[in-house]
Order: sequence, then C-alpha cells, then structure tokens
Amino acid sequence: MTNLPGADLHLPEGCRAGTAMHELSLLENVREILENHAVSQKFSKVTKVTLEIGKLSSIEPDALRFGFDVVMKDSLAENAELIISDIAGLGICRQCGLEVELETSHDPCSHCGSPKVKVIQGADMKIKDLIVI
Amino acid sequence: MCGICGCSQPGKINKLQPVNGQVHQHDHGHRHHDHETERLVKVEQDLLSKNNAYAEQNRTYFQQHHIFTLNLVSSPGAGKTTLLVETIKVLKDRFPIAVIEGDQQTEHDADRIRATGVPALQINTGRACHLDAHGIGHALQALGIKDHSFLAIENVGNLVCPSSFDLGEAHKVVVLSVTEGDDKPLKYPDMFHAADLMIINKTDLLPYVDFDVQRCINFARQVNPDIQIIQLSSTKGDNFSAWTDWLAGNVKMEA
Repeated sequence: MTNLPGADLHLPEGCRAGTAMHELSLLENVREILENHAVSQKFSKVTKVTLEIGKLSSIEPDALRFGFDVVMKDSLAENAELIISDIAGLGICRQCGLEVELETSHDPCSHCGSPKVKVIQGADMKIKDLIVI
Repeated sequence: MCGICGCSQPGKINKLQPVNGQVHQHDHGHRHHDHETERLVKVEQDLLSKNNAYAEQNRTYFQQHHIFTLNLVSSPGAGKTTLLVETIKVLKDRFPIAVIEGDQQTEHDADRIRATGVPALQINTGRACHLDAHGIGHALQALGIKDHSFLAIENVGNLVCPSSFDLGEAHKVVVLSVTEGDDKPLKYPDMFHAADLMIINKTDLLPYVDFDVQRCINFARQVNPDIQIIQLSSTKGDNFSAWTDWLAGNVKMEA
C-alpha cells in the first residue's frame, strides 16, 4: 500500500485558480499578463484592454465583461476600459477543400455537408493590445 | 480647455461643484490619467498561454518518463471513480498506476482509489470548476509517479470548463452514463469535440432507462467524427475488457 500522507494537495499561495467560472480564471491570466508587461514595457497603469475572442472559443464575452471589473480591482488595470472584438469562425472542409464560415467548432461543411471540417480561425482568445500610461 | 485641471480636451462644463466629497466634477467624460501620455502596447498573447506552457511541461515530463496520461471528464455522477477503481483492479499487476483526483471538496474519491492499493492524490479546487496544468505540475512532484506507468487524472465533474484546460494528457476521455440524456454530446459539444474517446457507462441499466445508444453515438460523431466509443458497465463488467485492452495497449506503446 503506497498511501501518501496528507494527500490533499495544498497549492502554494498564488497557485490557485480560485474562481468559479473559467472566464474568471482567464481574466486572472489577463491580469497576470498585464503585470508582466508592466515590468518589461515600463508602464504603471492600463486604461484600455483589447481582447480578441474567437467565436469558436468556449468563452462567453458577457461573462468576461461581467468579471472584468471584479478581477482588475486593485490592479494596475482598475477602471480600465474593456474592448472585446469578435473573431469569426472559419474552417476548411477535409472533404471538398472549400473554406467555410463556422458558427460552432463542429458545424458540418456548408457546401458538401461533410462533418470533417478543420478549424483554421476563431478558436483562439488573446490579448491584442493595451493603452497604457 | 478644462479650467480646473488644465487638460486640453474640449468639454462642456456647466457647473463645477463638490459632489460627494470630490473636489470637482467634469461632464465631458475624460479621466484624469488622460493628462499623461498614453501609448499603445502590442501584446498578442493567448489567454491560455500560461496554462498551455505548464501543460507542455507536463507533457514533456510524461514523455520522458513514459507515463500514459488520461484526463477523465464527465458530469458529476457519471461513474468516473468507479470506472477507475474497477480498471485498477484489472490492471494494477501489469503496470504501475497512479491517480490524481479533482473535486471541489473532500478526499472521498482519493480514499476510494487508495483502498485499491495504488497511490492517489486529491486536489481540492475550492471554488474552481476545473483542474489546471499548474496544479497538475505540483501534483506530479508530490505524487512521485513511476516510469512506464498509467496516470489517470479524474477532473472535476463538469462538462463545460475542463474542455479548455489542457493538462498535458495524451487524451481526454469523456464518460457519459445511460442515466443521463442521450443528447449530452449536442448539449455540451465543446467537451465531446475535445475528447478522443467516449465511454458510455452503466450499460447494465439500459433496460430501465430511456437512453437511445445509437442516437447518442450519432450525436457524438456529429460534433466529433473521429471520436472512439466504448460501451461498458463498470459495476457488472460488461464489455469492460474493450476499455482495459485499449488502455493497456496504449501504456505498452508509451513504454
């Protein structure tokens, strides 16, 4: 028997996601990325954050907006404006080779109906740029 | 020009008077930091980049140590822990097995795994709805997994959030029990799209429930044409060897 003593994993301070929705976890990543850039790019305040959210990412823009002010409170991006630009979903059909617009990552090809469509755009979510002081 | 703070932004100022203790109030919408020089900083960084970097570290570790790792996901109550317990009973003499359990609270699942004689580590995620690659990295250090082994990561019961968080696993395995709706693949398509294998569990209960297996398989293939599917009953053992053979074959390939 190889029981581990005290098997509950206590993550070091700052290692917990600690949030109830994955959008909030992602916003905590945003805050951390801003803080890292503040050091490397030498700024002390962020007034505007522009995110690009792909339509095929499993992200709900409204949930991001909802959580943004909460997560950025007491950070260098407190009161910053949040801009979310949507990136359309695009895929290439593995059957007929045509490029198709996608509403979800599992849409069939709108030309030939094949379910085998490879996503080429719209799955990502990223911080595009910031306005800083 | 604002006569109070001297900024150059044009603005219609009707009245300046203390409001709620503030010294002055503009109605032209600018913020005080506008006075300083603002500049644009390009970032172009994925929001999951931190998790993905940790996931790649985990993946490299698994490859170097020949550890075949599965990330098991499902709704709460689909039977992931029972599936693992029965799997361990069949396979534990063939290669080393370790389990990382994710739940919001309690050690109950890790206790059930440890009762089979294999090491298990419980991560309590607290308020979080998923395991992330960083937590798994810490768990790997704490657990000390043997080389040439099978590692099962039982994720938090949730068909939504864990689909976005790569843990470094070889495959996501989604477990769906026949006591749930057969349309779950359509209701939670992201997860069924992300998974490489779907296990339809509790098939011994099919005579008692309104679950259409073929309909479920069609829906799963609709969102993921390449998904593999195994139907089994963990508690009765029906078709269980299809799963354990698949697993053992993969562990062997990893070695």
